Amino acid sequence: MNTLIALAILSVLVLVMEIINLRKIIVPVTIIGLLATLGISVSEWDTNQSFYHSMIVVNKTNMLFSGLFIVLTIFLVALSESFYKPIYNKIADFVSIKLFLLIGAICMTCFGNMVMFFLGLEILSISLYVLAGSDFTNIKSNEAGMKYLLLGSFASGFVLFGIAMIYGATASFNITNIHELWAQQPTWFSFGAVLVLIGLLFKVAAFPFHFWAPDVYQGSPILTTALMSTLAKVAAVAALFKLYLIFTPGLPTAFNSMLVFIIMATMLVGNIMALQQNNVKRMLAYSGISHAGFMLMTLLSAETATPYLFYYAAAYSIAGIAAFSAVLYVCQGMDDEDISSFKGLVYRKPLMAIVLAGGLLSMAGIPVMAGFFGKLFLFENTLNAGYTFLVIWAVINSIISIYYYFRLMITAFSKPETEITNNNKKHYTMYMLIGMISVIISIAIGIYPDLILGLF
Amino acid sequence: MNVNFILITLLLGAIITYLSGNKQARNVATLFGVLSFGMTLYASILFMNGTDVSFVSKWMTKPNVSYALHADGLSLLMLLLNTFLTPVIILCSIGNNHKNARLLYALVLFMAFAMGGTFLASDGLAYYVFWELALLPIFAIGMLWGNDSRESRKKAMYKFFIYTFAGSLFMLIGIIYLYTKANSFLLSDFLQIDLSSKEQAYIFFAFFLAYAIKIPVFPFHTWQANTYEKSPAIGSMLLSGIMLKMGLYSVIRWQIPLTENISSTIQNTVIILALIGVIYASFIALKSTNIKRILAYSSMAHVGLITAGAYTYNANGFQGVAIQMIAHGIVIVALFFLAEILYQRYGTYDITEMGGIRSQAVRFSSYFLIFVFASVGLPGTFSFIGEFTLLLSLSEYKIIYAIIGGTTIIFGAYYMLKMFQTAMLGPQNSKTFKDVSGYEHLILLLLALVVLFFGLYPKPITDLLMTTL
Repeated sequence: MNTLIALAILSVLVLVMEIINLRKIIVPVTIIGLLATLGISVSEWDTNQSFYHSMIVVNKTNMLFSGLFIVLTIFLVALSESFYKPIYNKIADFVSIKLFLLIGAICMTCFGNMVMFFLGLEILSISLYVLAGSDFTNIKSNEAGMKYLLLGSFASGFVLFGIAMIYGATASFNITNIHELWAQQPTWFSFGAVLVLIGLLFKVAAFPFHFWAPDVYQGSPILTTALMSTLAKVAAVAALFKLYLIFTPGLPTAFNSMLVFIIMATMLVGNIMALQQNNVKRMLAYSGISHAGFMLMTLLSAETATPYLFYYAAAYSIAGIAAFSAVLYVCQGMDDEDISSFKGLVYRKPLMAIVLAGGLLSMAGIPVMAGFFGKLFLFENTLNAGYTFLVIWAVINSIISIYYYFRLMITAFSKPETEITNNNKKHYTMYMLIGMISVIISIAIGIYPDLILGLF
Repeated sequence: MNVNFILITLLLGAIITYLSGNKQARNVATLFGVLSFGMTLYASILFMNGTDVSFVSKWMTKPNVSYALHADGLSLLMLLLNTFLTPVIILCSIGNNHKNARLLYALVLFMAFAMGGTFLASDGLAYYVFWELALLPIFAIGMLWGNDSRESRKKAMYKFFIYTFAGSLFMLIGIIYLYTKANSFLLSDFLQIDLSSKEQAYIFFAFFLAYAIKIPVFPFHTWQANTYEKSPAIGSMLLSGIMLKMGLYSVIRWQIPLTENISSTIQNTVIILALIGVIYASFIALKSTNIKRILAYSSMAHVGLITAGAYTYNANGFQGVAIQMIAHGIVIVALFFLAEILYQRYGTYDITEMGGIRSQAVRFSSYFLIFVFASVGLPGTFSFIGEFTLLLSLSEYKIIYAIIGGTTIIFGAYYMLKMFQTAMLGPQNSKTFKDVSGYEHLILLLLALVVLFFGLYPKPITDLLMTTL
């Protein structure tokens, strides 16, 4: 709870600092504030309390996820320092929206009451709609914002309708009550539960609700794409996981088979479509869809899978930060972010190429990087739950995904045909620093998964 | 003193080589290679005297993984091969002036580290991690320093990487399945599980896919010829000398102990596939004129015979596999080195453009002849011991296989001698050929001595093996 209060104060502080003309130190102050908030969330690990009639529940799992979100936001705010330089007079807006987004994400995972969950969902989503359309001179960004707003609100409508149904069935918004009262439920409890889960599947961009993702990811400014691909996706998956745990007894039995089908289709569609993309952001969007499919595999063994979901989420989002740092650097000021613009990156800026390679190798699941163990734990858990065919399907999809990750990596490591004269782009240091830190974290938790798993 | 130090030396060597700049990289890398070879020799001697040089330490608790290195006769033998060949391979590239040498040699040492780890690991997950790690450096070496145009190189290396990776992922599923049964990744725990014959069949296939692609066994061999051709000499030597031994070693170490009650139908199928591969590869080697392709297919033919011997599941087979692995590793590295010398002198890999070298360079052609004979398996050379033992094991299984295996040796002689004749003998070519000198002479002499010495006195090696088998 203190975490949330600290964050709220911090975000208002950012806006106030803009007013009192302290624009230059907004980003450093925010990062320090976020680090302090991270410390506060760590101190709350061993408490097990609920606040305000169990609106907010503070326990180890929730605080760990919140910690992950805060770490990701630190990276993203540091990246925004460089990214928004051309429009630096608006930096306070962007930073504060990111902080609001973070608050929304934390509410989405620390809830003890369905209303709080919806509140968090909406705070996250609306901040994202604004960020998606934030590059208002670019028509693609406008299109992305509009699409996301319309489709996202529609999905939120589903969620709200589902919550209303659940309230109608159980007369309570409190999740412990809902979880216990499933036995004597009328049919509209299952109906409401399925609606809520479908609304969240939209946010996660699972098949068949994924159609918005490529266009929105491609149209948004690159930093927003990075945010959507890492923070927003992980928050949505965590919320989906938590809701699934709450609703499990009351869901119809066919839901599991439907879930298996959705997972298989999501992985397949994400990978097959990513194979054919030439635009980096679109490719990463589709790869994010397939990763969401992987993370959904944990739902099939939900009781024991929380640490492994957290590990995979951490591995995937850190790898995403690394990959996007490289994309941010290479595609600055470009309208069309084609894969060919990465050609010869290793000769211009070798460290940046290593950052890119680190992120992509982790997403592909190569040993030593964290993504490998993430996939390993998922496969093991799903095998244990008895879904052998699904694991084989996941393995085949991993093989397919190697192709497009390696294609981007090889392009960065190959020689350009002509010497590119305009070599030095700006903001190299900051992007490289963040990217390097992400790669190092990725390798560290890849060699010692206990660093993360031991926290549970 | 335990084997972990050897791996650490190799890894440190890789890092220090990278940091030592382009000029000194080769010397630093050779130094670390020789150092690790010395340490391995020391460890083997310790082992023969009864000391335990293994190393086990807990890695993770949630899934029960240890970082376990098990040093017994077989794994020490493979490690000896690895650390012996690594400095030799590095020295073979003195003639090439590779760009960005420090990265190349750092990758070579890193690959030696990963391959060494694969040979030593006795924990399923550590083994898998090392197995995958070995792929990355060879992929980079092939892409960055290979021959031919960029496009064909990319295609060959992609095919190699994705093909091999796909096989290994199926092996991973097998390992995870065994983990769910044994609750630990250690090989010793795997061996204690009771597997029904149906489960054994599935595990067999999961592992078989990975190894069949790596070795390669017909029909999973299509990646090999192109990759060998497009890689630089240093890459082909690493691939054929050590990397494919990873696959063969794993068959004896991992696959066969876990699947002891495998049905004889499967066994027969695999042996027949291996033998088909030998005959098929021999025919193509006969027809090829590119010396690297001939060597690639001859390599496939030899390992086909080794594979057939391995799957007979009898003690002679295992001994034959182990011996022949060492022999083949040394001989094929020597042959690739000779091919590289030819390329450096003549600028071509095509043997029809060579000829009449014998009259110009007596020493070179003598070495060539020695290694051709060694590859064919002439008594007195090291490969003879291995081939003989393998044929013996095949005859113990089914005499017909031994007969087929024996005829393949005739094929081997045919294409190897034909290659020798086309390249070395005949009317003198217009291009001049400087004879071997200096470092080239030294390396070839060293390798020839090893082949002949162990051909006449293989006792040290068989002694080391006896303790395991």
